[in-house]
Amino acid sequence: MPDSLVIKNLNASIGDRAILKDFSLTVPKGEVHAIMGPNGTGKSTLAKVLAGHPDYSVQSGEAFIDGEQIIGQEPDAIARAGLFLAFQYPSEIPGVTIANFIRAALVARQAKGAPFDAKAYYAELYAKMDTLKMDRKFTSRFVNEGFSGGEKKRCEILQLMMLKPKYAVLDETDSGLDIDALRIVSEGVNRLRGPDMGFLVITHYQRLLEYIVPDRVHIMYDGRIVHSGDKDLAIELEAKGYDWVKKDLASA
Amino acid sequence: MSTLTSMTSGILDATLQQNETKRFASYDWFTQLRQQGWKNFESLPLPKRDDEKWRFSDTRSLSLADFNIATAPSEADTDKLIAQSHFITRPAGLIIHIDGHCVLRPAIAPELAAQGVKFESLEDALRHHPALLKEFLLKHEANLGGAKFLALHQAWLRAGYVLHVPKGVEIKQPFVSVNWTLTEGAAIFPHALVVAGDHAKVSIQEFNLSALPQLRALAISAADLHAGTGAQISRFSVQAWGKNTQSFEIANTCGGRDALITSVNAALGSRRARLENTVRIEGPGADVRLYGISVATGEQEFDQRTLQIHSAGKAKSDLLFKNVLLNKARTIFSGLIKVAPDAQQTDAYQTNRNLLLSPEAEADSLPGLEIEANDVKCSHGATTGQVNPEELFYLLARGIPMAVAQELLAEGFLEEVLSKVDNEEAAAVVREMFRLKFHTA
Ligand SMILES: Nc1ncnc2c1ncn2[C@@H]1O[C@H](COP(=O)(O)OP(=O)(O)OP(=O)(O)O)[C@@H](O)[C@H]1O
Ligand SMILES: [Mg+2]
Repeated sequence: MPDSLVIKNLNASIGDRAILKDFSLTVPKGEVHAIMGPNGTGKSTLAKVLAGHPDYSVQSGEAFIDGEQIIGQEPDAIARAGLFLAFQYPSEIPGVTIANFIRAALVARQAKGAPFDAKAYYAELYAKMDTLKMDRKFTSRFVNEGFSGGEKKRCEILQLMMLKPKYAVLDETDSGLDIDALRIVSEGVNRLRGPDMGFLVITHYQRLLEYIVPDRVHIMYDGRIVHSGDKDLAIELEAKGYDWVKKDLASA
Repeated sequence: MSTLTSMTSGILDATLQQNETKRFASYDWFTQLRQQGWKNFESLPLPKRDDEKWRFSDTRSLSLADFNIATAPSEADTDKLIAQSHFITRPAGLIIHIDGHCVLRPAIAPELAAQGVKFESLEDALRHHPALLKEFLLKHEANLGGAKFLALHQAWLRAGYVLHVPKGVEIKQPFVSVNWTLTEGAAIFPHALVVAGDHAKVSIQEFNLSALPQLRALAISAADLHAGTGAQISRFSVQAWGKNTQSFEIANTCGGRDALITSVNAALGSRRARLENTVRIEGPGADVRLYGISVATGEQEFDQRTLQIHSAGKAKSDLLFKNVLLNKARTIFSGLIKVAPDAQQTDAYQTNRNLLLSPEAEADSLPGLEIEANDVKCSHGATTGQVNPEELFYLLARGIPMAVAQELLAEGFLEEVLSKVDNEEAAAVVREMFRLKFHTA
């Protein structure tokens, strides 16, 4: 499927511990898929493996964005190919301002030696910050340094909006957000929704999915998807809890 | 080694030194100062490998052979380099030397002159303000290992500037000194003498550069900073000599009661560069901050030796030196905090952090404390390591290529110190110099 994020039979581990077990999932461009699942089941691992994190090793399987294999590529190449990961725990980068950081990411996407339009850049950056209700002073603050949990998540979405990837994996972007921030961030994501972008939204809470209404909901357990359905699956899960999935699995 | 006996090397030629000293015959005390310098130089040995104060530095390649006092630059070169010396817009004063010759004598605003502010070349100050020089010039021995180099500096002393801001005068705009080397084999001995009277406030930005990047040169600089009661001195000194330069700077930073001194050294240039800085806390309530940053590439050696002497209590000194190392570069940081028995309630800190961007680079750190008072807060620490892998991954995950990501992290690492520079223009110049250096490493 050329216009999709396709993950096929992915097996990945950290050290000698297998975490992703024959994981498969397809997110067509233009759709929003949610992944829910208990703690430690491998959701963040999936996100990091896709992004090319060096700590994880992939034993077998493939992943494609619009037909391009990303497994085995360097993390920066994967990002430039069009995958964006909003981190569950974004790193603090001392001494590097948000403005310089996003600028470097954009320059990396330009043709070598092409001039950078700084004026247009700042205009866009400020506009996006306004929609996220971020103080413009943040541009000169160091990336995530001393940010509150919610500010870090907003900053992730700001980067997403500026980099406009083909696919975005949002790893618990809702955690640490208060109600207002949740709405603002969700609006930001909804604004990006459209035929040119696909989303994989990892969350524990149905609440987020009321704002960002998913096309599909998947339940992940022990390293793979065990259940898929429409948005109502999230509501059902909220009511029944994961024991229901586990029982289901045991009886299967 | 034949180096010390070579007859062609000008700066080691006693007759040449004596002849030049004769130019100052009308200033007895200065003649004596130079002669004493020469005597000291001759009696002192070059540092050797087993010299504790030179631990880890490459003493074998130390050589003073084949350096000359250069003649005055041509008019064309002078014009060209003056045009390249305007790093700061609207300074309070600008002085420029080329090969140790003052080519631009500072003109300060009449209202500053009316307040008694003096900013002159050392030679002019010798004529106009001998008493000031006698009181403050070269009053301290080099106690960190560079005595022989300081002696040679004293023997050839002529270049440099004198800045005196009298009591109560506060000046926002910075004073700027630019030193160039231009001639192959040139030796220069620039001096910086800054005296801030009680409650005076002054900012100094210094740039040291070579007209040609490959130029072989020797620079032995010295700085004397004196801050009187409640005085504030901010100094930023940029060492960006060409890459075949050997450079030495021996600085004394003296803070009186309630003085506030911030001194930042940025090191980029030279094949080997040694900085010796002694902080002298002479009055209670003084607050002296000594910062250093460098990006060392190729086979450069940056050698940093510091001493924080607390003679008075209830005072503070804070030191932070950060080095980024690439290729086969080496840095050495050796620092000592000394607290006298009656300097109670001293706060003294010392931190050295080194970022290794190459497995072949090497950073050595020798922190130390010598505390004789019992009611003090002192700490020292040193870390050497690579970039944080999670930070690196975060940048890569945004599509930033490895080399750029490493550079951004290194620049971020240096920013902690660059942000302490009081002049944003000067900081920006150096930021750009560091960037260029990363790209050519
Ligand atoms: N760097 C690591 N070292 C050791 N174990 C790890 C590492 N990263 C992940 N793991 C382990 O892998 C398993 C999956 O972790 P992962 O972070 O992917 O879970 P998750 O589904 O995102 O959980 P949560 O809902 O709590 O965020 C966990 O048991 C975790 O302890
Ligand atoms: Mg997780």
